[in-house]
Amino acid sequence: MTGADVLLLALGAVAVGAGALVVGTRHLVRAGLWLVVCLGALAGDYLVLTAELVAWVQVLIYVGAVVVLLLFAVMLTRAPIGPSDDLDRPGWPAALVGGGSGLGLAVLLVDAFHWSRVDLPVAGTADRLGEQVFRSWVLPFEVLSVLLLAALVGAIVLSRPEIGRPGARSAGTPAGPGRPVGPRSDADPVRPAPAVAVGEEGA
Amino acid sequence: MRPVIPYVTAALLFGLGGYGVLRRRNAVLVLMAVELMLNAVNLILVTADTTVQLPHSGQVFALFVIVLAAAEIGVGLAIVLQLYRLRASVTVDDVPLDRPEGER
Repeated sequence: MTGADVLLLALGAVAVGAGALVVGTRHLVRAGLWLVVCLGALAGDYLVLTAELVAWVQVLIYVGAVVVLLLFAVMLTRAPIGPSDDLDRPGWPAALVGGGSGLGLAVLLVDAFHWSRVDLPVAGTADRLGEQVFRSWVLPFEVLSVLLLAALVGAIVLSRPEIGRPGARSAGTPAGPGRPVGPRSDADPVRPAPAVAVGEEGA
Repeated sequence: MRPVIPYVTAALLFGLGGYGVLRRRNAVLVLMAVELMLNAVNLILVTADTTVQLPHSGQVFALFVIVLAAAEIGVGLAIVLQLYRLRASVTVDDVPLDRPEGER
């Protein structure tokens, strides 16, 4: 057991424990915060495994962007603050599939690697990664940027359903004072945002 | 470094993610469990990069998976929020088709 092993064990225990809390807690917001702990422990794992750039990308994109997006979604769907009782379905099929796949993979990997030892490569450089990205994997890299653009446009179109409909010129201000009257505002099922609708009911 | 430690960590995280995807009813929590599974795959890739010394492509694949996860979470949350606008509910196993919009 070297120092790297001890670090990997500790960070792995933190990651698995936090992951169990993500899928087990009854508080929606706390699930997102435990996800931060889990992803941070995994970033530490990457650092120990001498993948520094991946570790910092993990911190920036996952902890910085993805979790914030998820927490925004939790708030926008008006999640209750306290514990919720209706978050879970009956557990045994999920436990069967999840436990089966997790333990099966663990047994497979233990059988493949036993307690063998590997020397870590030299730390502190992203040379290998840069060489790989810009030599062997240039085309997938560029295709990935196109995919990101497509996903961005797709998300925008999804969240603005009035895009692409005939006569949707003044659609920039939904439920505002310039809201178009006529058959569209009645027939359009997507138009009223929930917050506006509830506010009108209360008034 | 014993490669078995991060490998087993990744396997257990993948199991937890699969359990969460099947167990949770809230769509946002399902997306969080999907993130757990993707991170387990990333850990496998990075560990394979340091363990199998030859081509060193594991870290590149891990970066690609991170980018794909970012795209997935963007589109997935757009779908979830649109469902919430339409049906005022984000449960994945029971979508209230008869409920008036904007009401809880």
